[in-house]
Parts: sequence; C-alpha cells; structure tokens
Amino acid sequence: MRPVVLSALFLLAVTVIAPLLGSTHIDLGKAFAGASPDYDIFYYARVPRVLLALLAGAALSITGVLFQCMLRDPLAEPYTLGVSSGAAVGAVLAICLGFQSTGLASLIGAALVLLIVIGMSVDGRRMSSFTLLLTGVTMNSIAFAIILFLHSIASFAQSFAISRWLMGGLDAVPYSTLAWLAAIVVPVLILVTMRAPQWNLLAVGEEWAASRGVSTTLLMGFGYVAGSVLTGLVTSLTGPIGFVGLIVPHALRLRFGADHRTLMPCSILLGAAFLVICDTLSRTMNPPTDFPVGVLTAMGGGPFFLWLLRTKRRSLWM
Amino acid sequence: MSFTARRLGFSYGLHEATFELPQTGLITLAGPNGAGKSTLLGILAGLRAPYRGSVTYAGRELRQWPRRQFATDVAYVPQAIHIEFPFTVREVVRMGRTPRSGGWYESEHDRTAAEQAMSITDCFALRDRDFRALSGGERQRVILAAALAQEPKTLLLDEPATHLDLRHQLSLYRLLARLGRTILVVAVTHDLNLAMQFSDRVVILEGGGVAGDGTPGEVLNPASIESVFGVRTTLQSGPEGKPWLVYGMDGA
Repeated sequence: MRPVVLSALFLLAVTVIAPLLGSTHIDLGKAFAGASPDYDIFYYARVPRVLLALLAGAALSITGVLFQCMLRDPLAEPYTLGVSSGAAVGAVLAICLGFQSTGLASLIGAALVLLIVIGMSVDGRRMSSFTLLLTGVTMNSIAFAIILFLHSIASFAQSFAISRWLMGGLDAVPYSTLAWLAAIVVPVLILVTMRAPQWNLLAVGEEWAASRGVSTTLLMGFGYVAGSVLTGLVTSLTGPIGFVGLIVPHALRLRFGADHRTLMPCSILLGAAFLVICDTLSRTMNPPTDFPVGVLTAMGGGPFFLWLLRTKRRSLWM
Repeated sequence: MSFTARRLGFSYGLHEATFELPQTGLITLAGPNGAGKSTLLGILAGLRAPYRGSVTYAGRELRQWPRRQFATDVAYVPQAIHIEFPFTVREVVRMGRTPRSGGWYESEHDRTAAEQAMSITDCFALRDRDFRALSGGERQRVILAAALAQEPKTLLLDEPATHLDLRHQLSLYRLLARLGRTILVVAVTHDLNLAMQFSDRVVILEGGGVAGDGTPGEVLNPASIESVFGVRTTLQSGPEGKPWLVYGMDGA
C-alpha cells in the first residue's frame, strides 16, 4: 500500500508543478485572475497538455504491464500487438487523402486491427497467447509496409506531416477531447487493476491460472481489448510515444517486485508522472522548439533504465 | 467417489479409460512414456477439454463445474513452471489462495495457510527469494506448497519428484501418503519402488487405456511390469523387509 500512496503523492506534485513551467514566463496571479495572455497560456496550452500527458503515460504504462504479463514476454510493449500500427495507418491515410481528422481515422484503423487480431486468435472458445503475439506482430509488419507505400507516393508536404505524426508528440487538446478520453481511460484502468490477482496467475502461466479457477480465454480477451482500447485512444491523439510502456513497467518491477496488486497502480501513477516530466522537459529545454516527447522518453529513459538494470539486476534478476 | 471416468478419451494420448477413484488415499499413476498419464491428469484437473466419454467429480460432470468452485476443491501440481518475472517464493505460494480468497486482500488464515504449506514442503526458508533463482528441486517444492495452500480436497501431481534429491523424494512421498489419509492424492510417477512403498493403489496406463488397477502388491509384479514396460524385474526383500523391485542393466 505504501508504494501506491507515495506514487500518488509524487504524481500529484508533478501535476501541480508541471503547468507552472514553460518557455514563456507567466504570472500566476494574472492567470488565476483571468488576465490575457497568462490565463490562456495556462488554461488552454499548458494544463490540457499536462493532463493529456498524464492520461497517455498512465495508459501506455499499464498496457505495457498487461501485455508483458499476458504474453509472458518481458519485451512486450503497448505497440507489440498491432493496434497502434493500425492507428498509424489510419492517420497516414487521412493525411494522404487530405482529411482533417487524423484522430478519427487513426481510431478507425486501431479498431479494425483490434477486430482482425481478435478474429484471428480466438479459436473456437480458446485464445492462445502465442497466436495473439504472432498475429499482432504480423499486423505490425503489414501496417508498416502500407505506411511505407503511402509515404512513397505522398507529396512533400504530406510527407512532412506523416513524419511528424509518426514521431509522436503531445499537444494541447480541447477540454472536451480530454473529457471523453478520461471517461474511457479511467474506468478501463480501474477495471484492469481490479483483476490484479488474476494477472498474477496469468503472468506465471495459462495452466497455472486455469487450475486456480481463472477462465483464461475470457481474461486474455479482456486484457487484449482493454490494452488495445487504451493504446488506440492514446495513439490517435499523440501518435506513437515509444519506450514508456516498456521501461516504466520494468523499472517498477525492479523496485517493487512483480505483484500486480502493487505494480499496476504504481505503473498508472508513475507512468503518468514520467510522461508529464518528459513532456515538460521537451517543452522547456530548447524554447520555442519542442522536441517530440518520444525522443526524450527514449533518450532520457533508456540510459536511466540501463543504470537501473546494472545496479539492481544482481539482487533481483539472479 | 471423487472421480468416476467412463470410456474417457482425448484427441491424443488417451482413449477408453474407465475407473473410479475414492475420496481419500494416495493413488499413483504409472506407465510407459506416451501412455496418457499426463493427459489423464490434465483432464482430471479440468485443463484438457474437450474430452470424450464422461468423467465426473463428486457426481457432477467436469465440464459442468464452475471453474473457481472446482479450483477450491482440486489442486493441480505441474511438473515445472517457468516464470519470467521477479515473483518471490511467498508470492507464488500465496497465489494458491486465489480461488479461496479472491486474491486482493489477505486474511490471517490466508497467511497462515501459505506459511504452513511452505513449512510442510521445507521451503519456508526460501520465502523471500526470487523464484527464478531457485534450483529445479526447490521450485518443485514451491509449486507443491502453492497447491497445498489451496487447502484442496484432491491433489493432482504430475511427476512431483522428478527434480528432487533422494531425501526430498522420500519426504515428499511420506507427505503424500500422510495427506492421503484425509484427501485424495493422485501422483504420476516413474519410480515404481516409491509407488510400491507409499501408495494405497496403483493405476497402470498403457497405450491410452487402463492396463492395471489395484493395490501395489497386485499390480506391481514382475510379470505385469515386463508386459507393460518390457523390463525384466525381480521382487526382493528391501530395507525394512518390504518388497523391492530390482532390475539388471540388461533387463530390457
């Protein structure tokens, strides 16, 4: 319980501090009094972006935990099972066809892939993690090929837009968008975390879980849909943000162990905090440019993770 | 009766097995490789479906048992498990409590049941170790502890002694025989002498069917062993004057 409370306090602190920082100095007194431009920068640029980072970080981290557990593969991440590639194809197609709403198109792409993967890997009343993994990875390859094809026939301006989308990144979004994102993400996070004891069993093995009363096909189907909904929604708004879903779960396992009752809540809270911190850095490091946050998560998080692995592995990894 | 099987079969490994198992006792399941032992055990554990024919537990067809309710009664001990994540021994054993307690909150009884299971199987001292850092034999004892923590009425074990050293093999079978006084214990084994010394009943499988079923004395005699395993053995008087199967190097 203690790690969860501390994580929550840390996230709270990060969320309060992050909107105060930025490339333009703002006067808080004016912002709260509603004076322009401080008010607009604070409420329409920074706060929504911090909240988006928070939701995205939470969703990607817990999906990482979930997919690693379901596939019993420490290298699994939210993008392993194809949904984000579907989102990418949708977005790239929208850019090439000149549609305005890349977000909607990528949602449709993600949903299509989700249905295909489910259809492929449910065999009668069973679902195997092996088929799930193979189908997901194959969908990734197909999607990647489609993106390359579209990219090759795109105009110069479209090509730039495509590259920019594929780099991923956070932007201020309208509060209405944040509201429906939160309305879906928060309940899914809770539903996933509630099943922590079952994820523990599944992380050991499908037979292990089945012989302890878990209906593994249902549980894995739920996990795949939940993780895909989280990843698909977030990716449609931010593009792919790499590494969060891989290193946050591992870093937390090294620190807190593998028990999902602690790991899942901590991943939600600290994954959110991690992405908010990375995004704040990407906004403030070299104003007025802001780096794609995915570059920062990998460049900053990667070495930190290597250090963690180096210092902790002897005690925990044999 | 606990399990009653009528013409029980599976897509591979098992066909037309008919038998009844009692409420208590240590029953060993022996037979050559590929005879269907693990398949049968898997079906009894509710892990292999769909099966052909019929098998009931406590009078109710297996496929009609609600999963979780079945899991509170019947515990299954696989030969080995492979874990990718840093679970401690204590956490692995506590998982055995999940069908009973739901797994989120741990009652005092959950804690004591897990600790008792660890002491019985001689792995209490390992409780804070990373499961992946254990030896094969230590892992096997932890898996058994997880099943005992479940407080089952029936314990199904797939070659539980494979990785154990001599001392732990003996203490395992002593434990299984003791458990057999109050619950049903079904163990797949290749060690016919352990089966002979400790079990109340031996079931021999051959080619997917039951080839012998009775007390160790009835089933484990040189004639039937030669016909099933193709190995010539003799019965001698072993330690403590009990019968002991002996075979030479050219027995096959």
